[in-house]
Amino acid sequence: MAEPFIHAENLAFTYKGSGGADDIPALNGITLDIQKGEFVAILGHNGSGKSTFAKLLNLILEPTGGTLSVAGFDLSKGDLSEDDLIALRRRVGMVFQNPDNQLVATIVEDDVAFGPENLGVPMPELRERVDEALAAVGMSEFSQREPHHLSGGQKQRVAIAGILAMKPECVVFDEATAMLDPVGRKEVLDTIRRLNREDGMTVIHITHYMNEAALADRIVVLNDGAILMQGTPDEVFSRRNELRAVGLEVPQCAELIHRLREAGIPVSGQSVSSLEGCAEQILKCFAKEGRDNG
Amino acid sequence: MDKIVLEQVSYVYGAGTPFEKKALDNVSLAIQANCITGVIGHTGSGKSTMMMLLNGLSAPTSGKVYLDGLDINASFKELLPEWLKLPEYANMRKSTAKKAIKTELAKRKKSLCFRVGLVMQYPEYQLFEETVYKDIAYGPKNMGLSAEEIKERVYEAIRFSGLDEAILQKSPFDLSGGQKRRVAIAGVIAMRPEVLVLDEPAAGLDPRGREQIFEEVCRYQKATGSTVIMVSHSMEDMAEYCRNMIVLANGKVVANGSCQEVFSNVSMLEETGLDIPQITQLTRLLQARGLALPGDIYTVDRAVAVLKDLYRTEKGND
Repeated sequence: MAEPFIHAENLAFTYKGSGGADDIPALNGITLDIQKGEFVAILGHNGSGKSTFAKLLNLILEPTGGTLSVAGFDLSKGDLSEDDLIALRRRVGMVFQNPDNQLVATIVEDDVAFGPENLGVPMPELRERVDEALAAVGMSEFSQREPHHLSGGQKQRVAIAGILAMKPECVVFDEATAMLDPVGRKEVLDTIRRLNREDGMTVIHITHYMNEAALADRIVVLNDGAILMQGTPDEVFSRRNELRAVGLEVPQCAELIHRLREAGIPVSGQSVSSLEGCAEQILKCFAKEGRDNG
Repeated sequence: MDKIVLEQVSYVYGAGTPFEKKALDNVSLAIQANCITGVIGHTGSGKSTMMMLLNGLSAPTSGKVYLDGLDINASFKELLPEWLKLPEYANMRKSTAKKAIKTELAKRKKSLCFRVGLVMQYPEYQLFEETVYKDIAYGPKNMGLSAEEIKERVYEAIRFSGLDEAILQKSPFDLSGGQKRRVAIAGVIAMRPEVLVLDEPAAGLDPRGREQIFEEVCRYQKATGSTVIMVSHSMEDMAEYCRNMIVLANGKVVANGSCQEVFSNVSMLEETGLDIPQITQLTRLLQARGLALPGDIYTVDRAVAVLKDLYRTEKGND
């Protein structure tokens, strides 16, 4: 098996308390491999350590314990050279929740060009990358606009384009869809999935939207800085009570299946993460009853 | 009864520049008192712009906004002839009356932001005081209330928020994201607004945080009989908490009615780029495959009840 793109072993991080305040442990021993080309969703309530984990991946934060290697770089020794750090951040891009904190230029296409330009991408290619990136997030017609005139969702798509223009191998979306409307979310998610499936981009998607997590290959659930469970969306969402206990919910379909089973209706509960799967199981159950009647 | 009425309201950003954008285009609607009305629409549909017009923070480019039947943006000049005829001013000297009317009008303008409390997107970024108590007290203090009344308001607001009273002595910056948001909303609730306007109050919170925000809002609405207007992208939350819904698209109202009426118009919602709740999508799928279900399932509770009944009926026929 190939070397995993991300390899974390007993990874820990503690926020140092300032002014005599207590230290705040955020991650306590995460052991997790993420393969190249995987689409992993990370769930967890606020304060569970999701964002801390994300920030460790391109060394915005430095691990305080355990080992972490990303794209072949060892991030836990604290000896990464400036060049390696830049190389790492080019390969692992990050998109945050609040787009206002991520836009730097006064015109949309300048903003998207900011990253690749700083990497020294020459002109005809720079133009191509910017146009491609804006097209990928459906913002081409806004290329000459001023970012502060855009709505929240539009700004976020510009921020994502800015990362895509650097052609990273892995993008970490830290609740990047939180401010988008259903259409904006769908566009961004379609983009994410296409980048993942067609270009083999590794995607780590931190989200509170269970329906988005349902699209991932694998879901990792964090709670109090540790991995509570992981598995396919079907596996994770069938453990509804455990998720509720840590302040999470399951998609409405999975909730329905759970409650029907609780009420003694023999729905199988095998496939709970997709509309189709849920409908199939409910129909099976009712159709059988229907036959019994006849 | 209608609490707020918008009459042919338009709002234009950057008028006269190449980026001129009509955020609201001739919108007329009425918002029912004493219930929660949800406002939905895709990004850039004009929702946030509409929210800012409701307490006079911005005035429409054209059209009128009425609160309890009174035009909130009426100017001194427009009102003067009418008001001079009112008994309390009719007997004054004209210059004295004018001055009195001006003062009264300024007072009304100021009280508007207390009467219509606006909770903007990500309100926790607006917390600034040393303690949660002081932060919540900021609004009531600006209303000119006595220390005793302020205290009462702060405690009342923190009860609505569901947070422990001990939190009042903490710094707002030591709280979690969800707690900060609830404190920020409590700061507006402390002014006891007749109308509470919330722009995406649950955005960015985890499921439990979302639930707590909506519970805070519902508690306030029920206890005070106030009018709540809430912007949200989540159809699931709309179905759960709102009685009425307004759908905006490209600055125009495309639907306005009870949740049931609006959700039943699936094709309109899809054209507008909005989703119906997942549970409704599922029941439609089941209907299409021949399961006899009613068409008005918008919440999981209702779906469970309906399917349970159906199952029992089938069993009962055995």
